[in-house]
Amino acid sequence: MATYNTNEFKSGLKIILNGDPCNIIVNEFVKPGKGQAFNRVKIRNLKTGKVIDKTFKSGESVEAADVVEKDLQYLYTDGEFWHFMDAESYEQVAADATAVADARFWLKDGDTVTVTLWNEVPLLVTPPNFVELAVTQCDPGVRGDTAQGGTKPATTETGATIKVPLFVEEGEVLKIDTRTGEYVSRVKS
Amino acid sequence: MDVTVLQERARLLQAVRAFFDQRKVLEVETPALSSSGNTDPSIQSFQVADSEGLRYLHTSPEYAMKRLLVAGAGDIYQICKVWRAGELGRYHQPEFTMLEWYRLGFDYHALMREVEALMLLLLPTLAASRFVSYRQLFLEVLDIDPHSARDVVLSACMAQQQLDVVGELSRSEKLDVLMTHCIEPGFAVDRLTFVFDYPAEQKALACLSDEDIPVAQRFEVYLGQVELGNGYQEQTDAALNAEVLYTDQRIRQQRQLPEVPPDERFLQAMQQGLPRCAGVAVGLDRLLMCVLGKKKLQEVISFSWTVA
Repeated sequence: MATYNTNEFKSGLKIILNGDPCNIIVNEFVKPGKGQAFNRVKIRNLKTGKVIDKTFKSGESVEAADVVEKDLQYLYTDGEFWHFMDAESYEQVAADATAVADARFWLKDGDTVTVTLWNEVPLLVTPPNFVELAVTQCDPGVRGDTAQGGTKPATTETGATIKVPLFVEEGEVLKIDTRTGEYVSRVKS
Repeated sequence: MDVTVLQERARLLQAVRAFFDQRKVLEVETPALSSSGNTDPSIQSFQVADSEGLRYLHTSPEYAMKRLLVAGAGDIYQICKVWRAGELGRYHQPEFTMLEWYRLGFDYHALMREVEALMLLLLPTLAASRFVSYRQLFLEVLDIDPHSARDVVLSACMAQQQLDVVGELSRSEKLDVLMTHCIEPGFAVDRLTFVFDYPAEQKALACLSDEDIPVAQRFEVYLGQVELGNGYQEQTDAALNAEVLYTDQRIRQQRQLPEVPPDERFLQAMQQGLPRCAGVAVGLDRLLMCVLGKKKLQEVISFSWTVA
């Protein structure tokens, strides 16, 4: 079992805490003038996404988590699993709904996404910050209304519903920020 | 590297030297590499191999300066690099600059006032300092008496504060956690906070008071949450000094920490009689960081640990 000592702690380090894989976000070394040293860390539980504060007595060891991030190509979903492929090795992995979570709305066949694997099983799927998706359904565009800033709902080819400006037409390709789910711009074809 | 920081560091050093010159405190130098090291189990020394054996980079010039006091040097100060292995963070560098001084005939409260005078000279815009005992802080913030509270009470207090700590903690370590996590964050950022009278188990080489529950006659000075210095009513009793070093050595063996030989020359000097005095060590890099309003030690060091 690989372990890390607290003196190896740094942001980005993946450890096991209470059985769950976690990512160290911030590590701060604290030490009173005469006394015990501690590492105060902010940790994200990679299963739940929850961020917690934790203190380690310096010198303690924790189990290392075999967590890696890979850029994989999205292939398709069979409804239960989402399938991804390593473009170099052609190896495929299947992620369940928990791992894919809201990323499902931004997955387009052939796009490359970041998949976090724990013991080679997908834990988390992170789409690119920006994706380009076609509008499959929305109300007809309103001409000459570009300045007023009104919005209407539109459905993308991946099934996401986002707010778009009134001038957007069905079939247009939009740039969307996946972190906020917000419309950024139209993509000229 | 920001050249203005170098200039500010030079100015700070000049101001410190002028301060002590005016007060007739003598600047001294002592060896950085000694044949014995600091036994304190919570401080780790760097070892340097020499053909005649191991030497230790000093973690503070305390032992050697006390030998000078015994030799009749009078009031003395030193500005020097010191080394502590494994201490790296926003406010920690394994190599840093320390200012340490000793005042004969002073008690630790008088020394606190002198520390305040020096710091206000360098940080003139600060509001009036706060002087508060360790016990008072624990009563105010956590409603417990740190000197008499039993171990289970400290554990309950930590649980109540939702402090989740990995690792076995001694009573003293629990107090450290409560201090750093619950009390220090409340220190005002615009003034110095002097905390005095520490738990007896954290005495190091400070005197204990003769109360029913004795306290260590020590103080620490903070600006906001940044700890700037650590002062003592120095223990003059040779036997008690020896006891601390040998106890440290035993704890090191128990915890399987690197062995450090107690400084026998220091202990011999103590038998000749250390004059009654108070002493303090101040982290000059941290002080410079505060003077310049910087957020990390790396910003005030020409080449910090990771690029040295």
